[in-house]
Amino acid sequence: MSESIENPEEKCYNKKDLVFYRIYDRKEWFKVEFIEQLINGLNLGSIYALMALGYTMVYGIAKMLNFAHGDIIMVGAYTLSVAVSSLKFPPALAIIVSMAVCSLLGVVVEKIAYKPLRNASPLTVLITAIGVSYFLQSLALLIFGSNQRKVESVISVKPMKIGSIDITGESAVTIGVTIIIMICLTLFINKTKTGRAMLAVSEDKGAAQLMGVNVNKTISITFAIGSALAAVAGVLFTSSYGFVGPYTGSLPGIKAFVAAVLGGIGSVPGAMLGGILLGIIESLAKAYISTQLADAIVFGVLIVVLLVKPTGLLGKKRMEKV
Amino acid sequence: MAMLTIKDLQVSYGVINAVKGVSFEVNKGEIIALIGANGAGKTTILHTITGLVPAKSGSVDFDGTELTKTPAHKIVSMGMAHVPEGRRIFQELTVLENLQMGAFTRKDKNEISETLEMVYKRFPRLEERKSQIAGTLSGGEQQMLAMGRALMSHPSIILMDEPSMGLSPLYVSEIFDIIREVNEGGTTVLLVEQNAKKALSIANRAYVLETGNIVLSGDAGELMNNDSVKKAYLGE
Repeated sequence: MSESIENPEEKCYNKKDLVFYRIYDRKEWFKVEFIEQLINGLNLGSIYALMALGYTMVYGIAKMLNFAHGDIIMVGAYTLSVAVSSLKFPPALAIIVSMAVCSLLGVVVEKIAYKPLRNASPLTVLITAIGVSYFLQSLALLIFGSNQRKVESVISVKPMKIGSIDITGESAVTIGVTIIIMICLTLFINKTKTGRAMLAVSEDKGAAQLMGVNVNKTISITFAIGSALAAVAGVLFTSSYGFVGPYTGSLPGIKAFVAAVLGGIGSVPGAMLGGILLGIIESLAKAYISTQLADAIVFGVLIVVLLVKPTGLLGKKRMEKV
Repeated sequence: MAMLTIKDLQVSYGVINAVKGVSFEVNKGEIIALIGANGAGKTTILHTITGLVPAKSGSVDFDGTELTKTPAHKIVSMGMAHVPEGRRIFQELTVLENLQMGAFTRKDKNEISETLEMVYKRFPRLEERKSQIAGTLSGGEQQMLAMGRALMSHPSIILMDEPSMGLSPLYVSEIFDIIREVNEGGTTVLLVEQNAKKALSIANRAYVLETGNIVLSGDAGELMNNDSVKKAYLGE
């Protein structure tokens, strides 16, 4: 049903109403609103997906849940902020520095905290990861204090308009960058020797060693890549939100973990799908159901998916052949 | 001349001593069989040789290199390949990708494709199924893939752990024929088997293991006629 409004100017309080005013058509307005919410969801989902990739790759290869992964994005955001506002680095250089710092941090954390526990029980490793997470948060608290620090957006793309749909520069860049990263990562894993080694290690460490794969090196590379992706997520996240604090990484970290589990932990395409879906569900829930309930809905979806398919959407059931 | 010399090797898992001072040697060009019941320590010995399990004491000398001090991933490029128990192929990769993993440490692309041709010639079934996911192969085909994968590293010695396990009699004969052919092609073979009859029929020499110790050794033909071997392992 499409009904026109007689006097639209009276209702022009905000942007949505302006769109409404321009279009004079409720059905069309809903469509525009919906597409804009989808784009918001894609934006958020891209960030979740980039982080979920780190969770899932580390899980696949080291068989551990790295709960300190969320805090890597916080470190990435702080590094960016310091590089841009204190050291006056150009944005591109600042992003590279941020990725390098996070990669190094990821590798060092693995060497110091996780490697000695390679043969320990999963619970010990899990608790250590939580410990590392608190350590990074406290370190940030010590260095930068508890106040949120402003991060200038490094993305200088102007908002654009496709038809009657508005897209912010941040959204466009985030979605674009994520798509490029996903394509590169998929090619890297499936087409390069190092990527093949990662697949082999994730399936059978011992057999991979017999082929001549250096397992420790492969694990280090995985942590480096995962942490670099977290840095990119951190840059994109703070570009959209504008601030970073010591706890910036916690909630997105948990959401990204949920995304990884939703898609099937250990599966790279699963993490991509899980992240995007989670972002879209969260945005739509916020827009159409309730802002307060959005997180509950997100976690509710996870519960339903796990009830129906315990391995996650794209997770594989390991065949144990004797 | 000995290519692989194991001296007084001891291996333990926690408090359990799985291998209690084993010594033996493998000469170039031989097929050596290690036979014995379940839990005798056969697989542990192979795992220790290729570095998957650390030795408690003793030495493993391979062409002058001490393997107990060499990281596992460096051993394959020294010319030693290991076909592990249970095959342990990469289930989620294709047959071709599995074979390529076998040549992981090799650089020369032409040499690799030559070896691949050779492996395909020896295992035509693998060529037919090269783009199939390895986990969907039958048990016998998976064993062939595991052997092909090991051959892809162009080894001078190949360790085989229970190649006949879980296979139909038809496949068992085929696999043993292939082992003999591989050996005739110049590759030394160290074979671990529960199927003592088959193993002794193709081996030059053999060692009999019992709960972590070598209790008998000698010419494979002689062992086949040894009364205690007949009784315990050949079911006669």
